[in-house]
Amino acid sequence: MSHETAATRNSVFTPFNVVAGIIVILGLFITAVRFTKGLGATTNLSDNNPWGIWIGFDLLVGVALAAGGYVTSAAVYIFGMKRFHAAVRPAILTGFLGYALVVLALNYDVGRPWRLPYPFLISRGTTSLLFEVGACVALYLSVLFIEFTPAPLEWLGFKKARAIVVKLTMVLTIFGVILSTLHQSSLGALFLIAPSKLHPLWYSPYIPIYFFITSIIAGLSMVIFEGSLSYRYLKHKMDHHHIETKDDLALGFGKAAAWVLTGYFMIKVIGIAADNNWHYLASGYGAWFLVELFGFVALPAFCYMLGVRENNIRLIRWTAAWTVLGIIVNRFNISMVAFNYHLPSSERYFPHWMEIGISVFIVTAGLLAFRFICTRMPILYEHPDYEPH
Amino acid sequence: MDGIHTLQEFMLHTKNIIYILIICILVAMPAIWKFLAGRDDE
Amino acid sequence: MSISRRKFLGWMGAAGMAGAAGTSAQAGSNKQFKGYPDSMGVLHDITRCVGCRKCEAACNKVNKLPSPDVSFDELTVLEQKRRTDAQSHTVVNQFQTDKDGAPSMVYVKKQCNHCLEPACASACFVKAFTKNPDGSVTYNAHVCVGCRYCMIACPFEIPAYEYNEAFTPRVMKCTMCHPRLQEGKLPGCVQACPTEALVFGKRKELIHVARERIRNFPDRYIDHIYGEHEMGGTNWLYLSGVSFSSTGMREDLGNTPAGKLTSGALGSVPIVAGLWPVLLTGIYAINRRKEKIAAKQQADAVNQAVSKANEEADAKIKAAMEKAAADKTAAIEREVKKALEQDAKARQEAQKAAREQSGDEGSDEDKT
Repeated sequence: MSHETAATRNSVFTPFNVVAGIIVILGLFITAVRFTKGLGATTNLSDNNPWGIWIGFDLLVGVALAAGGYVTSAAVYIFGMKRFHAAVRPAILTGFLGYALVVLALNYDVGRPWRLPYPFLISRGTTSLLFEVGACVALYLSVLFIEFTPAPLEWLGFKKARAIVVKLTMVLTIFGVILSTLHQSSLGALFLIAPSKLHPLWYSPYIPIYFFITSIIAGLSMVIFEGSLSYRYLKHKMDHHHIETKDDLALGFGKAAAWVLTGYFMIKVIGIAADNNWHYLASGYGAWFLVELFGFVALPAFCYMLGVRENNIRLIRWTAAWTVLGIIVNRFNISMVAFNYHLPSSERYFPHWMEIGISVFIVTAGLLAFRFICTRMPILYEHPDYEPH
Repeated sequence: MDGIHTLQEFMLHTKNIIYILIICILVAMPAIWKFLAGRDDE
Repeated sequence: MSISRRKFLGWMGAAGMAGAAGTSAQAGSNKQFKGYPDSMGVLHDITRCVGCRKCEAACNKVNKLPSPDVSFDELTVLEQKRRTDAQSHTVVNQFQTDKDGAPSMVYVKKQCNHCLEPACASACFVKAFTKNPDGSVTYNAHVCVGCRYCMIACPFEIPAYEYNEAFTPRVMKCTMCHPRLQEGKLPGCVQACPTEALVFGKRKELIHVARERIRNFPDRYIDHIYGEHEMGGTNWLYLSGVSFSSTGMREDLGNTPAGKLTSGALGSVPIVAGLWPVLLTGIYAINRRKEKIAAKQQADAVNQAVSKANEEADAKIKAAMEKAAADKTAAIEREVKKALEQDAKARQEAQKAAREQSGDEGSDEDKT
């Protein structure tokens, strides 16, 4: 038992790797059950509750939290905030992995996943907002893939191919913002068709705009949150430029997030007034709505403001994490908590453990892929052979 | 308008055309912008 | 200046989006769609239903659905409120009501209402649902992906899903016996109903029949035909002696057809696709121009500084040169002066020496 073998052992069997390994094995097991026994054996879905956490978390939250890609690339390339350039690549990578995992998760949720291309190839149901969501997610996943390719191309040394992709940066960025605007808002618009099932406090004709604005908040907060995690665990992969600008980034994005959250708070109040829903605030659902509005919108807006004014990077980071949690709460409320509010509790939905297992498995897969790519490709540092584009 | 009896049919018909137009917009706009601003850097 | 310009553009974008949602909601709203003129329907007179479950049995038979665990003759199942599921396209529920103070049982048959503007069809992204000219809404399992958005969309909570099918799960719902209608037969449930609680006919005529019944028996019926306007109207119509909400039917659905609920959001899609490139490219161009101007200004400033430095350097050199020249003349003059002085001194000394020599002869003269 030499010192060296112990060291190699340590490098593979870290607590993170062990836990991730167990989750992956469990995930593969549930996958086998799902695709041999069907949705009935793995989920608590029912005829009244056709959408569970595989839609509420994996799709709605997944897409919102992957918004960092379009938010950051728009800030840097369109709005000219070049000083945040170092944040673009990690954000694009997170976005790409996020969308790839959303599409993977959809394969679990839909009844016949091999037919997922049908809406585009076989029978186009253009009256459906889900058609719009599907088309935009598919296109945007492709855009993100192309936007991401400079990193692996640099890693592999394909200079010509990289030069072509870099030339497309502007077009891809603008495409990305258009597609994101469309499908982020359309995810909210999915619920427009069910006014009788979603609680009036959450149902609003403005719901597409709410979803779009919260995606910007989610994108900004995720970049800050994920940046602090990367700094903590992947610091050795960061170049000095990245490390130097990370506090400036947190301040800048924190400021933007505070301001967008403020605007979001305003239009949420307008939403209550527009449908004259004030009296619902006095009910149990109203209390929960107020928790969401004040605890996960007003509070983080205020904390971001404090953090920015006091130059308190630590506060900004914690606020970013809290805001991300707030996005999850919001999407859960709309897709599950306030959905089917009219049904008795015996007919309501609570996820099966296997549903939670798959969601955890997919998040873990994302973390592993992120780490795999960051430790190999020029994501957190600039490749010495190339000028930054 | 003959043969369209429901809002559903109407929307299907108009959205089919509109989605094709959207594709045209997304292809045309970058090209037109290139034509418009292509000489800016000269 | 440039920041406020950018903000201005941002506000314009926000206003554009809100405007888009507003205007497109109206797109097509001046068009009226009356539905298929001769579509068929069923009038369900709740006051006539006795809860015998014959319709359920007939439905099960004509649609070749799996036979249930409990026989259709067993009426105790009515004690529990049921909904349609993957094995049953229709169910009868019983509700205890007290009309005019006397408690009584009411039986209501539940199945797809065959909306004039079906929410399921509007929601389906593969056009799996069709509103047929005969009034029925049918489903095509050959294109269905299984996203179950139709089940989210349906306000009547009708479509069910075969969750336990691993490979070929289908959405299950009543077809108004569309295949039987094409053969000229009645829907299975209507044919089986022993009390004429179900009447099949043209929807238009059924509405007349229903109005007639309400007019003739105002004590027996409440003055409302459920399905005439609900969610834009349905081909299945209901008459009741008690409020519909007390028979498990929602009265808060509104009269807006499903397609109208989403038309605003759908209408803003092409507006975003058309205007976002304008807005975003505009912002980009403004920033680029700003950067160019800044770069030019910087370059100019540098040039200016350089030329100023050059001038200063020139002046310094000139001054130095002048100084050098002046120094030179001064030096020459000094040298000349020095030379002259030396010369004069030498001459003096020579004179002195000469005088000393001659002084030996006339030193007195020297002393004077």
